[in-house]
Amino acid sequence: MTAAPSLDDDLARLRGMLRIRRFEERAAELYGAGKIRGFLHLCVGEEAVAVGVMRALTEVDAVVSTYREHGHALARGVPPDRIMAEMFGKAEGCCRGRGGSMHLFDASHRFYGGNAIVAGGLPLATGLALADKMLGRRAVTVCLFGDGAVAEGEFHECMNLAALWRLPVLFLCENNLYAMGTALALTESQVDLCAKARSYDMPADRVDGMDVTAVERAALAAVATVRAGDGPRFLELATYRFRAHSMFDAELYREKREVESWKLRDPIASLSTLMKLGGALDEAGLSALESEVAAELDAAVAFAEAGTLEPVDDLTRDVYATEASDARQ
Amino acid sequence: MPGSDAVMVRTTWREAMRSALREALQADPRVFLMGEDVGRYGGCYAVSRGLLEEFGPERIRDTPLSESAFVGAGIGAALNGMRPIVEVMTVNFSLLALDQIVNNAATLRHMSGGQFAIPLVIRMATGAGRQLAAQHSHSLEGWYAHVPGLKVLCPATLEDARGMLASALADPNPVILFEHVGLYNVEGTLRSDAGAVPIDRAAVRRAGTQLSLIAYGGMIPRALEAAEKLAAQGIDAEVIDLRVLRPLDTATLVASVRKTHRAVIVDEGWRSGSFAAEISARLVEEAFYDLDAPIARVCSAEVPIPYARHMEIAALPQVETIVRAAREVVGTHA
Repeated sequence: MTAAPSLDDDLARLRGMLRIRRFEERAAELYGAGKIRGFLHLCVGEEAVAVGVMRALTEVDAVVSTYREHGHALARGVPPDRIMAEMFGKAEGCCRGRGGSMHLFDASHRFYGGNAIVAGGLPLATGLALADKMLGRRAVTVCLFGDGAVAEGEFHECMNLAALWRLPVLFLCENNLYAMGTALALTESQVDLCAKARSYDMPADRVDGMDVTAVERAALAAVATVRAGDGPRFLELATYRFRAHSMFDAELYREKREVESWKLRDPIASLSTLMKLGGALDEAGLSALESEVAAELDAAVAFAEAGTLEPVDDLTRDVYATEASDARQ
Repeated sequence: MPGSDAVMVRTTWREAMRSALREALQADPRVFLMGEDVGRYGGCYAVSRGLLEEFGPERIRDTPLSESAFVGAGIGAALNGMRPIVEVMTVNFSLLALDQIVNNAATLRHMSGGQFAIPLVIRMATGAGRQLAAQHSHSLEGWYAHVPGLKVLCPATLEDARGMLASALADPNPVILFEHVGLYNVEGTLRSDAGAVPIDRAAVRRAGTQLSLIAYGGMIPRALEAAEKLAAQGIDAEVIDLRVLRPLDTATLVASVRKTHRAVIVDEGWRSGSFAAEISARLVEEAFYDLDAPIARVCSAEVPIPYARHMEIAALPQVETIVRAAREVVGTHA
């Protein structure tokens, strides 16, 4: 098990968020260029959640995510070149091009997708945690989902089951205020999401999801109690997506003014400003960081471009596992 | 392999299933059973009675009435080193878990480029015939057999009730095991050393020369009874038990029809879009020139299964309707 993460590494937090921001911006460009197809959901604005949460985990922990998961995967350590190649549909992608943007998986990082069914990952996470508990492991399963998921039956079924069986799972709701294009208040009789979790006797807290340090601190505390065997926890991370829901969204459902007001709380700008004020970062340092991130991204795009297409003869591979020994432990 | 000192023991289909569960739980500490009322109640159809006392609540887990959560939890646990057996009380309730079965269990291996295996067994009761009315009488095996990534087993005999579970658990893929409610009380004899059976092929349950009766699950006893009636009328029918709907053993079907040149498919599902339609299509594709008569199907009437006894009987394939269909198929060119 790796050492517990510390709270004194602002540069790493900034780098982590910047990697995600620039990755997403590049993905949008590549979508426009026709290199990436299908549905593409970007998490620009929500980087603090990904970075803060993943810094609170160790390598034994598992992550279950959503279709807006590039940031989660990157922060978890899935290599950007493998993610980019996946979105290019190349055989060198983290899922051999079978999943695409919405279905990033990486067994070596215990990253279990990438689920395009809202709330569909909660039962999986509950089961991963059940296995860890039954096998006596001290691993935590982190399950990320959006505010739209709380309207699904699977959310309520899993809150109840995980609390009932005291499973080591941390439920993390990224509340960006809109289920695709429908505001929370238009779909929920109770907009206090923590109240929903508490109704299942699960401790719950609301956290500023635009503040990476606050996210990390809350995640660390929650992970510690879950790992200690105190049962599941719920965190609501108040965040905002700066860009459209997907590449096909005219954003008719929200005011530009609202978007601009949230951009004033940009998690990357906030942290870099704070660091500059504290003398931990200057323009040259920030510029060096940008160059470092750009170089990694250029390499990822080059890797994806150079990638190969899986032979069509392999079309039906990986529908079934063929060996009993193939079942991963 | 069966030992020479094995004896034939009297048992029921339900007891054979229970023996299979007990053996699986004894053989592998990673195996556990979860579902609604599997523990204290003993299982809706009493299949798991006594297992809670024997294996304890960690391994015989009563769940909330949350089909999606506990089926999905089975998938997650299978991904993470366990060998879960999830009991969904009936196929009707499995519709509440369809998302997890179709969107997760069937897809995760492929979507991840082969990184994960899901050694999960989902058991559920299926079928009509007990006057349980429309919502408790579905036969949706064919729906599940439509989905690549799943395996679909329909045990009919005592040997398969006893032996399919072990094979399903040894398989690294999600396997759905359908238990027809009309079979649980069937009595018969079983070898004392009965164990795992293959889950990749159909079986000839009665050899015949003039007609192939093709069926699965709860329709097997009826097909066999119909074959006996036909024999008394001078018609020699072969009975093919599909056993496994996916992957489908087309070769055994085609071999039978090449011999008999006539086929009647018996399927408790509704005719439109039924699994019988798939069988019919495969025979037409692969044995068209061997057929001496149009293929016939005996399926459920296109109606939600009614409660009243006489109406339920009229809605479902019966021995008499199978015999009638067989006689027509044979009579066409006899």
